Amino acid sequence: MALIKTENLTLSYENMTVIKDLSFEVNSGEYLCIVGENGSGKTTLMKALLSLKKPIGGSITFGDGLIQKEIGYLPQQTGAQRDFPASVSEVVLSGCLNSRGIKPFYSIRERKKAAENMKRLGIYEIKQRSYRELSGGQQQRVLLARALCATKKLLLLDEPVSGLDPMVTAELYEMISDINKSGVTIIMVTHDMNAALKYATHILCMREDNIFFGTLSEFRKSEASDFLKGEGSC
Amino acid sequence: MGEIFVEMLSSPMLRRALIVGILVSLCAALLGVSLVLKRYSMIGDGLSHVGFGALAIASVMNLAPMTVAIPVVILAAFLLLRLSSNGKIKGDAAIAIISTSALAIGVMAVSMSRGMNIDLNSYLFGSIVSVSRGDVATSVVLAGAVLLMFVFFYTKIFAITFDENFAKATGTNANVYNMLIALLTAVTIVIGMRLMGSMLISSLIIFPALSSMRVFRSFRSVTICSGVISVVSFLIGMFISYIADTPCGASIVCVNITFFVLFFIAGKIVSGKRA
Ligand SMILES: Nc1ncnc2c1ncn2[C@@H]1O[C@H](COP(=O)(O)OP(=O)(O)OP(=O)(O)O)[C@@H](O)[C@H]1O
Ligand SMILES: [Mg+2]
Repeated sequence: MALIKTENLTLSYENMTVIKDLSFEVNSGEYLCIVGENGSGKTTLMKALLSLKKPIGGSITFGDGLIQKEIGYLPQQTGAQRDFPASVSEVVLSGCLNSRGIKPFYSIRERKKAAENMKRLGIYEIKQRSYRELSGGQQQRVLLARALCATKKLLLLDEPVSGLDPMVTAELYEMISDINKSGVTIIMVTHDMNAALKYATHILCMREDNIFFGTLSEFRKSEASDFLKGEGSC
Repeated sequence: MGEIFVEMLSSPMLRRALIVGILVSLCAALLGVSLVLKRYSMIGDGLSHVGFGALAIASVMNLAPMTVAIPVVILAAFLLLRLSSNGKIKGDAAIAIISTSALAIGVMAVSMSRGMNIDLNSYLFGSIVSVSRGDVATSVVLAGAVLLMFVFFYTKIFAITFDENFAKATGTNANVYNMLIALLTAVTIVIGMRLMGSMLISSLIIFPALSSMRVFRSFRSVTICSGVISVVSFLIGMFISYIADTPCGASIVCVNITFFVLFFIAGKIVSGKRA
């Protein structure tokens, strides 16, 4: 059974339909890249997958025993305010929240996990700094570390590399790929076609009334030629 | 100064006020951090007005004030939370409507019962005389519950305050915790209202958080500092009110203002050094 399956999914804001009749499925261990031009509804789709947005038609089904508490998420824009007083480690630790039920304090294991993820992203040295005083790229890494703490089976990333320097971007893609190899399913929104072609197993390409979903090789055959010629705009 | 404190403690009325006041200051400050950061501080203000209306009506109808006010204010808290989070009606306008209505109804109720001994002034601006022995018992239990809940759910409160969508997306039931915060705030306001008055109680929620945010940079240090500022301000305010014979609510708020100014300056100095 698929880990996530959507059938005829329709999403809209007030009376503007953003996505219509979208069907696709993601199996455990796959790496799906969602590409598409600005405003095509990628973020909206992510929100629907996270139950933050209610579909007005169709359905989203979780399989393989997936529950919401096993999903890690990196938002494109956080609801967090600019002037929020919070240290880096507090933010990263809050990613561990979903795995601990009702216990009031973080355990040593959770603190270790947070520390590991901070080291992975090179923010361990600044863990006492205040989130609001960091650069955009540093903030992005903090949120990513938080997402990694929350991830058990599935990781949703909405433009994870925006604001990161090229070195960190490359490292990040490698890291996500490693996480994928360790058995975590990845769904990533990106504008970076090279990365999509390099790492993804499946591609969902969203353009106005022309949605493509298929494996990487199917994508290369169909749309990629358009795209590589620079005609498409994924 | 020590002697004066001993003298204050020897009066049972002041003792009650001190116990209730310390607990309420602490609860209000802790909840205040979350409310201020979520841009919900107006809810605190709205609730205190609703509390005034409820207290006034309760005493006109000769009912126990707390038993009427607590459920009414809790209901109002849920309503205000819904209004400000669903965005259909402008949240701030809704709060203004509800709080002024409650205020007007309360004033009407009080004025229609001229014969009874209701002191409008003490309802609006608080007085230590109005803290009865029953109030103390209720307050201690409720405030204890608020503190326990806050400590127990601290990590969740942080998560939904920092980024509600992330918390929801990863499976935390944010609505439940929002309701919990609203509930605890409602209870804190009703308890504190007798002492601080309904016009002034919301300053206990807002000031300590704002002051500590000037200087501290992590959620935990802001929370702890708010609690400390709040209790210290309360004690100094009570002290001033005792020796200078000023109303206690207003004295406490003035001490809070002083702390805010001090922390504001300290914050400027600290960030100037860093830059
Ligand atoms: N909260 C909202 N209310 C109303 N319309 C919205 C809202 N959020 C997004 N939209 C609209 O829905 C459409 C899809 O937006 P979405 O954010 O999903 O695009 P996207 O594919 O993620 O774009 P980008 O590449 O810029 O991130 C856009 O036309 C946008 O204007
Ligand atoms: Mg987007």
